[in-house]
Amino acid sequence: MSYRHNLQLTADKKLRHFLTIQGLPRAVLCEILDTAETFSHVGQQAVKKVPILRGKTIVNLFFETSTRTRTTFELAAKRLSADVLNLNIAASATSKGESLLDTLRNLEAMQSDMFVVRHAQSGAAHFIAKHAPKHISVINAGDGQHAHPTQAMLDMFTIRRHFSDFYPLKVAIVGDVLHSRVARSEIHALTTLGVNEVRVIGPKTLIPTGIDSLGVHVFHNMEEGLQDVDVVIILRLQKERMTGAFLPSEQEYFHSYGLTSEKLNYAKPTAIVMHPGPINRGVEIDSSVADGSQSVILEQVTNGIAVRMAVMSMAMGQYTAAGGAV
Amino acid sequence: MKTRIKNGRVINPKTSFDEIADVVIAEGKIIAVGSAPDGFNADQTIDASGQYVFPGIIDLSARLREPGFDYKATIASETQAAASAGITTLCCPPDTAPVIDSPAVVEMINHLAEQSGKARVVIIGALSKQLEGSQISEMSALKAAGVVGVGNGLRQIKNTLVMRRALEYASSHNLTVFLFAEDPWLRGNGSAHEGAISTRMGLEGVPEIAEVIAVARDLALIEQTGVRAHFCQLSTAKAKAKIARAQSEGLSVTVDVSAHQLHLTDMDIGDFDPMYHVRPPLRSIRDRDALRQGIKENSVGVICSDHQPHDEDAKDGPFSVTEPGISSIDTLLPLTMRLVADGVLTLQEALASLTYKPAEILGLDLGTIEPGATADIVVYDPNAFWTLTPETMNSAGKNSPFLGWEFDGKVMKTFLEGRLVYSRD
Repeated sequence: MSYRHNLQLTADKKLRHFLTIQGLPRAVLCEILDTAETFSHVGQQAVKKVPILRGKTIVNLFFETSTRTRTTFELAAKRLSADVLNLNIAASATSKGESLLDTLRNLEAMQSDMFVVRHAQSGAAHFIAKHAPKHISVINAGDGQHAHPTQAMLDMFTIRRHFSDFYPLKVAIVGDVLHSRVARSEIHALTTLGVNEVRVIGPKTLIPTGIDSLGVHVFHNMEEGLQDVDVVIILRLQKERMTGAFLPSEQEYFHSYGLTSEKLNYAKPTAIVMHPGPINRGVEIDSSVADGSQSVILEQVTNGIAVRMAVMSMAMGQYTAAGGAV
Repeated sequence: MKTRIKNGRVINPKTSFDEIADVVIAEGKIIAVGSAPDGFNADQTIDASGQYVFPGIIDLSARLREPGFDYKATIASETQAAASAGITTLCCPPDTAPVIDSPAVVEMINHLAEQSGKARVVIIGALSKQLEGSQISEMSALKAAGVVGVGNGLRQIKNTLVMRRALEYASSHNLTVFLFAEDPWLRGNGSAHEGAISTRMGLEGVPEIAEVIAVARDLALIEQTGVRAHFCQLSTAKAKAKIARAQSEGLSVTVDVSAHQLHLTDMDIGDFDPMYHVRPPLRSIRDRDALRQGIKENSVGVICSDHQPHDEDAKDGPFSVTEPGISSIDTLLPLTMRLVADGVLTLQEALASLTYKPAEILGLDLGTIEPGATADIVVYDPNAFWTLTPETMNSAGKNSPFLGWEFDGKVMKTFLEGRLVYSRD
């Protein structure tokens, strides 16, 4: 009963669920990137579909609202020819007394093959993976402050398209690391893929205790933190943070940690700027930078579809980069 | 009923006694340790050869879930489980529903405990009305009804002025105050120890300073009011150090720690396993080791179960929305004995922390095997191998992170006031 194994992998180390980057071997991450590369052309075809998941049913199970992530998951599933069911289960539905487990049992009755889950509680995707029937794969589309692994992988994909190798790169993640599941997953992905250095930049109120144990360097001064980096990842700042005594005001945050072209000059001239979206212009990033030549923010969105197609097809066991099913 | 327990290894920490001897019981009292008085004719003789005989365990914190939460457990189920685990006295915190802030609730619990008759239940009354922290409770009436002390359960009296007055008032009535130290603002909605693990898992953290600051405030108030106070379920090295300093300066405060804090750390949470969700949270290895050291140094006098049985639904969900707590009545003695097997404590130290030391805190004349003492006695086989499973747990709550653990000793018989309340067979 106390026996533990990696929930995410099958006995022969293939992806079964995709819950977090933590604990996944480098080979699996590379396989996701390579597979995504083969899918990236599908969007440019006249018929934007491949028949890999034909006859499969994928349920988008969103306990927390999200337009962008849900849409890209839906698009990815449809391009793989799967049937997609979108369920937006507002917080009120579960607070009516139906437990998460009850909801799951109802969904099992619908005979689906995969759950794509977003939930406000850290560990919710793990909980669902543990309790779902054996044949169902679970993809984490964001759980609380814990993980958002597909976002991290699409960022890795975008980085790899701009730089041939991960090894020499210095990457800075800027902003509200404390509340960010994206930041946690990116840190795990970057360290697993072996970049030269990962930095996090932000005020102490937004940098969680013990983050250095994940193998990152902490900076509270943005100019120092951006010095000579190759990749700048700006995190979205939630408006609620102004009320919890984390920050005094948006203006002051922008002054210290908003990415402007002046601050970007501290990074390498070849540096790229990323943001998981949606952007708060004038809060965490200046419009001139967000729309500037170094910004790859729109590429990230496009890449999100190919990466999610890769993860879905791998978790369903229908595709390996070596085998080729397209 | 006259009983002779013969040839057992009698271990009595209060008198540092450890010898093969007979224990002779009549009318609920121990009348001799060694040979029986002339003319003594036992109604029953129990052969304890190869077994330990020690005082019944006194558990300073066990939630029996009645009244109010009898879908989780009942006084009948939990006193029976206690008897099977060698626990003869259970101390019940005030956070039942209704709250134990009136003599009527005290009487109700006493009545249910008497009906069961498997273990002695003693009660900690509420320190504030409804545990709401705004008005002090009717402590004089509670004392007259028989409470052994007062406390505010897991809820904090946030207002320092109310806290000061509550302690002053408790002191006026010579009541011991049982404190659970946790700053509510710093705890927030935290569910795991704030540190590398909570950061990695994206769980809101409960920082160690939440306990340190609450302990510092309460120590100052204890010193000022002169109340007799006890800190429940301490979890951090820094708070322990603060209390140890106050003790060395002469302040009369005592401390208990739950058995699980002496074994588990935040690293055990794994894949968000809700069985490890407990309050205060499982801390770091450094904290665990400091608490173990505290038992040896006697700054932490007592090991308790912090028993919190739950129904299955309470633990069904993502980690931080599940109810905190471990069902631990079955594991208090086994986990303490494991500290002996691991070389952390001597057998005398381990049993002292479960018997006469908690008795002293409660002001009860229990926890010792001497002529004239109440015959609460455990017969324990140190070589009975078993595994904790939902079936071997006797509590109604099966929420334990220790399921699957193997233990090498088992309670064979339990006597409460000379009466056999448990026999393994």
